[in-house]
Order: sequence, then structure tokens, then C-alpha cells
Amino acid sequence: MARSTSKDAQALFQSLRSAYTATPTTLKIIDLYVIYAVFTALIQVAYMAIVGSFPFNSFLSGVLSCIGTAVLAVCLRIQVNKENKEFKDLAPERAFADFVLCNLVLHLVIINFLG
Amino acid sequence: MARNLVPFLVLLFWISICQAASIFQPISDSHRYAALELFRPTDGVFGSLEETYEVLRTFDILGIQEKPDINAATCKSVSEVLGSSAALKDLFYALNVNGVLKCEIKEEIYESITSRLRTVLNDARSLSEFYYSIGSLLLLKEQSSGVDLSLMDADGIFQSIKALSQSDGRWRYSSNNPESSTYAAGLALEALAGVVSLASSDIDQNMIGTVKNDILKLFDSIEKYDDGALYFEEKVVDAYEHHGPLATTSSVVRGLTAFTAVTSGSLNLPGDTIFGLAKFFLGIGVPGDAKDLFNQIDSLACLDTNRVSIPLILSLPATVLSLTKEDQLKVRVNTVLGSVAPRLTVKIVRAFLSGSKDTSVIEGEELKFDTQTSLHILEAFPKTFDVGNYVFVFEIILHDSEQMDIYATGGRIRVPIYVSGVVKIENAEIAVLDSDLGSIETQKKLDLVGESVVSLSANHLQKLRLLFQLATPQGHGFKPHQAFLKLRHESGVEHIFVVEGSGKQFEIILDFLGLVEKFFYLSGRYDIQLTVGDAVMENSFIRAIGHIDLDLPEAPEKAPRPPLQPVDPYTRYGPKAEISHIFRAPEKRPPKELSLTFLGLTFLPFLGFLIGLLRLGVNLKNFPTSTVPATFAFLFHLSIAAVILLYMFFWLKLDLFTTLKALGILGVFLVFVGHRTLSHLASTSAKLKSA
Repeated sequence: MARSTSKDAQALFQSLRSAYTATPTTLKIIDLYVIYAVFTALIQVAYMAIVGSFPFNSFLSGVLSCIGTAVLAVCLRIQVNKENKEFKDLAPERAFADFVLCNLVLHLVIINFLG
Repeated sequence: MARNLVPFLVLLFWISICQAASIFQPISDSHRYAALELFRPTDGVFGSLEETYEVLRTFDILGIQEKPDINAATCKSVSEVLGSSAALKDLFYALNVNGVLKCEIKEEIYESITSRLRTVLNDARSLSEFYYSIGSLLLLKEQSSGVDLSLMDADGIFQSIKALSQSDGRWRYSSNNPESSTYAAGLALEALAGVVSLASSDIDQNMIGTVKNDILKLFDSIEKYDDGALYFEEKVVDAYEHHGPLATTSSVVRGLTAFTAVTSGSLNLPGDTIFGLAKFFLGIGVPGDAKDLFNQIDSLACLDTNRVSIPLILSLPATVLSLTKEDQLKVRVNTVLGSVAPRLTVKIVRAFLSGSKDTSVIEGEELKFDTQTSLHILEAFPKTFDVGNYVFVFEIILHDSEQMDIYATGGRIRVPIYVSGVVKIENAEIAVLDSDLGSIETQKKLDLVGESVVSLSANHLQKLRLLFQLATPQGHGFKPHQAFLKLRHESGVEHIFVVEGSGKQFEIILDFLGLVEKFFYLSGRYDIQLTVGDAVMENSFIRAIGHIDLDLPEAPEKAPRPPLQPVDPYTRYGPKAEISHIFRAPEKRPPKELSLTFLGLTFLPFLGFLIGLLRLGVNLKNFPTSTVPATFAFLFHLSIAAVILLYMFFWLKLDLFTTLKALGILGVFLVFVGHRTLSHLASTSAKLKSA
């Protein structure tokens, strides 16, 4: 039973990997960026867990900077993905411009909150 | 509060002075020191000639030999004033100074002054013109030999001055000034005396008689202090020159003595009036003002030689006499200036304890005169004489009955005298008693003269008893002003009890059961202090006689709290305790190494991101190749970098407003180049698609 489960899981991962290989490089870059941002946030959370939340505003701005930019990257990915028919008329360049603008606004707030 | 206190304190002080001065001391060395202290020349002169005259006259009367050397500079200004047509007042004082210093003045100057003064005198209308011109002529009479100074029209001048007098004996300054003044009366009398002595023929005796009547009327307005001192007070308030009681009385005394000196016949003034005036001048003590000192000394000098009656002042070198040391009662009789009185006897009319007027201790005893010290001495007190506050009533009896008219003795003089002595303290003991039975728990002898201390202990059911006996040198019982027992707790709370006594025996019993509440239930060590004191007790003491350990019950909840101890007033002005500011304690910071490690760790995902990018085979082939779009693309990236740099500056030092301004400019540029770049990319990709 257990063996068949692990085999199934292996088979599942195999199919996932093969499916993901087909994903366009641009989306892969965005995925990588999201992972990078989330990991950076996780490291800060780990630091907070070790030394305490003081100064809390700095911790918040650090983590929210990462989470915020990750969310924006996810939004960018949704808009850029050609499979999403919803955003068919939207040029990827326009989506990227939105991404850059939102990031700049987000970080203005973050820097202001950083202290 | 403090403001209200000041007049009250001044009043108290004044009252105490008045009482202290009820025996008057004649002029003594303290006046001489005061004179040398008050009259100090600056640059070899004493201000104006008037001040100089006052200084010289005071020094002369007091017999001060070591006068400051002012002759050269002062004589120069004297001859300047005499040689010029200076004001009458200056001329008068210059002549006065010249009379003392004997400067070298030529006879011609005297002659010209004389003729000037005669003209002034003929046209004189005001009292001051009369006063100064006649005064000056009188001084010239003493100083120059060759000039004829006798007044032909003496009667006329006398009448002109007399015309200024008022019905109440006071004088007006001039005929068109209706205000009358006591001070002016003094000046007028002096001027009239001058006229009499300058007159070439005798003045009409009737007129002199009227002036004498005026003097008596003037003395009707004399004021009196409680201690018998008499003085004149200027009633005129709005006079152009107001004089105080001292200056006014002084002026009258000068006028009176000058007038009585030149006229024959007696003035019907009682000797007590003159004595009262002397009391007034002596009662001032030593004035702190140069003018006051001159007025006092000059008036006393006038009284010392006056023809009405010369006051004799009875004074005591000491009014506190020790019975134990066998002090003798000594009395001195002098004139006001301290010179020797005629032969006389001082008699104690009676002496009694103050408070018991009826029983005299001494009655009708004459004092022996000691010619060497010129003191009148009571050789020994009667055997029964004891300590206490006495009042002695003295009387001066002149040996020569003819002198009774010349001298004023002031009648009976009451002098308070303290007779002190060592009071015997005996049989002192302190004991702790049991409350119920009254039996003695502990008893200790006390040596109140020595230094011994006792230590006792008691609880709230016991009593403390203190006993002692006081006896005067004569063996009588003695009741001191103060007999206090003080218990002082360690915490500073004090309780004071009055030790009552009857006869010799003094006793106090403290029942602690009744006192626990008063003691605020404070157990512990109490220091015991005994105070016995009196003005006539030479061995008054305040002594710590030991301590008692009290064991009192616990305080119930509603018991009164002991009062807060007053803060020592000296510490109030001392340095204050340093204020230490309490800030919020800084948050605990992690060790630096840990923080740096995590800083490094945050770079790891970035590294992973870069590696991932390389693995994906990312390239920049899409970057525009032609010049213009490439420039725009480059500028696009550059402006993003610039915005991030601006954010960094915002974090480090800039404020929000500066940042937003810069961001506005950069943002416009960024949007422009971004739009150009991205639209170029979009069109390129669109071309690729369509192709």
C-alpha cells in the first residue's frame, strides 16, 4: 500500500515536472523571483522568532516588503500567462510597467515605515 | 505675613528699648567712638561749612583730642566765603568754623562783613535773616577786636523779632507766612539773646518779661513719653523745611539756654521739665546719623551749663548683681555730659520685690560715697536679702540746699535691679513605679550638677517619677521661670511636661498608661532632658539626664499617627538631592554576530535567485539594439536605480516632503522613458507575431 503510494507520488511529481518544463521561461523567472522573495521573508521571520519582535516596525516592513513584492510578482505572472484568456488583450509590457510602478509605490511606503 | 510682622517687630524693639532706657546713661566713650566713626573727612574737608561746624563743635564738647587735620583746607574755604558776598547762612557758618579753628583773617574783611550785616539787619524781614545776621555779629564780637559791633537800635530789632511771635509761644518764619513753628521759636530766642548781648544800652525789661512768658507758653505744648522724657514736636506738616522732634527740641533748648544766659532774673520753669528734656536726649542712646549726634551732643552741652537748672543723671554701672559673688550696689551721679556732680548723697528710699510692692526689703538707707571712684556704694545687702527682681527707688539729696535751685535731680528714680545667685539643687532622684501598688521598681539618685546619666526601662503599666528640691542662697523655696521635663523619642517626636512644685519640692509623675496615645504608641528609647532656668538663677541648666526604654502596646488601627518631624531649616538651603531621570530601559538587543549572520542569510535566496536565472539560461537578447531605443531602455533602468537610491536616502536622512518632490520629477521621467521603452518592445513583439 505504502509502496504504491510512494510510486504514485513519484509519478505525480514526474508528471508535474514534465508539465512545468513546458512553462515559458519568462514565467519561470517570475516563479523564481517569487520563491526568492518568500524565502527572504521566511529568513526574517526566523530571525524574529529567535531575537524577538523589537523593533517591530522594521520587522514588519522587511517581511511585508518581501510578501508584497511576491504578491505583485504573482499578479504579474497571472497577467503575463498566455493561458489566461482573461488578460489576452493586455500586453505583457503593460503588465510589467504596472509591476514596476506598484513596486515603487510599495517600497516608498515600506521605506517610510522602516524607521 | 512677613510684611505685617516687620512693624510689629519694630514696635517690640522700640518697647524693649524704651524699657531698657528707663535708666539713662550720661554721655560716655561710646559717643566718642560714634563721633569718630560718623565724622570722617573726605579729602581733608567735611563737606559744607555747616557740617564742618557741627563736627568741630561735637568734637569740642566731647573733648576729643585726636581730631582729623582739616585746618588748611577748611581755613581756605572760610576765607573765601568771608571775602566774597556769600549767602548769609554760609557767612554764619564760616564765622562759626573760624571761631573754632582761629584762621588768619584780616581786620578789613571783618569790617566789610560788619557793615554788610548792619545793612541786612536794618532791612531784615524774615526770621532767618535776623537769626543769621545777629548770630554772625555775635561771632564777630568774639573774633575781632577792632570793630565796633554794638547795636544802636537794639530795641527796634528786638521788637521786629518779637513781632513774629504767636500767642502760643511759637514763632513765624516771616511776617507774610502765617504758619507758626516751634523750631522757629528756638531760632528767635537765640536771635533775641544775641540782640540783648549786642545792645549798646539795656533792653526794656518789660519786653524781656513778655518773651519769658512766651517761653512758658511754648513749654505748655511740650510732649511726654511714658518714661518721663519731654520733647517738642513740630506741628506744621507742610512747612518748606520740616524738622523732626530731635532737631526741634534741640533748637528750643539752644534758644532757651542762650536767652536765659543773657537775661537776669529767673525763669519759672520747673527743674523736672529740664530733667525731662535731658532724658529725651539721653534716651536716644547713640544716634547713627551725624546731624542727630550733633543735635544731641550740642543740646546736652547747653543743658549742662544752663541757668534754669542743671540735670543730674543717676546711673548704675551694673543692674544685675550677684548675691553669691557678693557684688555691691553701686550708683553714679553725673551731669548729662558725664562731669562730676556737686556734693550729694544718694538715698535708697525703698527697695521691693517687683510684684510685691507693699513689702519693702530696704527702706531709707543712704549710700556711702567713695571719693576715689566717685561712686555711691551700698556696702552690704541686709542679711535676709534674697535673689529676685527688685525695684529700687533712689533719691538724690544735695548737701548744699542753695544748689537745689541750680540742679534738677529728677525726684525719685525707680531702677529695676536683678539680684542673682546660685540656687541649690538637692535630693534629685528618678524612679520607675508600679502602677497598681505604687511600689518602687527601680530608683536612682540623680546628680544634676555633675555629668551622671541614668538608664531606665518601663512598660505602659508603670510610672516615671522625678523629684528634686530647689533652694535659694537664703534657704527659701525657689520657683524658677522654667522647669521642664522633655522626653524625646528616637524618631524625633518630643513631649514636654511642666514640672510643678510647691515650696522647695518639685515633682512630676508620668503615668504611661494615660500617655500611650499621646506618645503615639511609639515604643523604644526616649532621651530625658531636664530644664531648670530663671533670670536670677546663676546655675540655670538644660541637661540630658539619661534615657528610658519604653515598652508600649501595639498601636490600634485608628490610633493617631505621630506628626512629621519638621525639616531642619538649614537643609532647605543646602544642596538638593541629585535628580536622576528614569528613561525607559532600552530593549534587549540580540548579539551583533547573530544579526550579521542573518543579514548574510538574507542574501542566500538572492544568490539562489541568480543561480536559478543562470540555470534557466536568461539572456539580454531582447534588449533593443538600435541606438535610440537602447538609450531609452538604458535610461529606464537608470531611473529605476535612481528611484531606489532616492528611497535609500529617504531612509538615511531625507524627510518625506523632500523625497516626494524629487520622486515627482524622477517619476515623470521614469514614466516617459518607461513608456517609450516598453512600447518599443511591445511593437517589436507585435511585429514578430504578425510576421
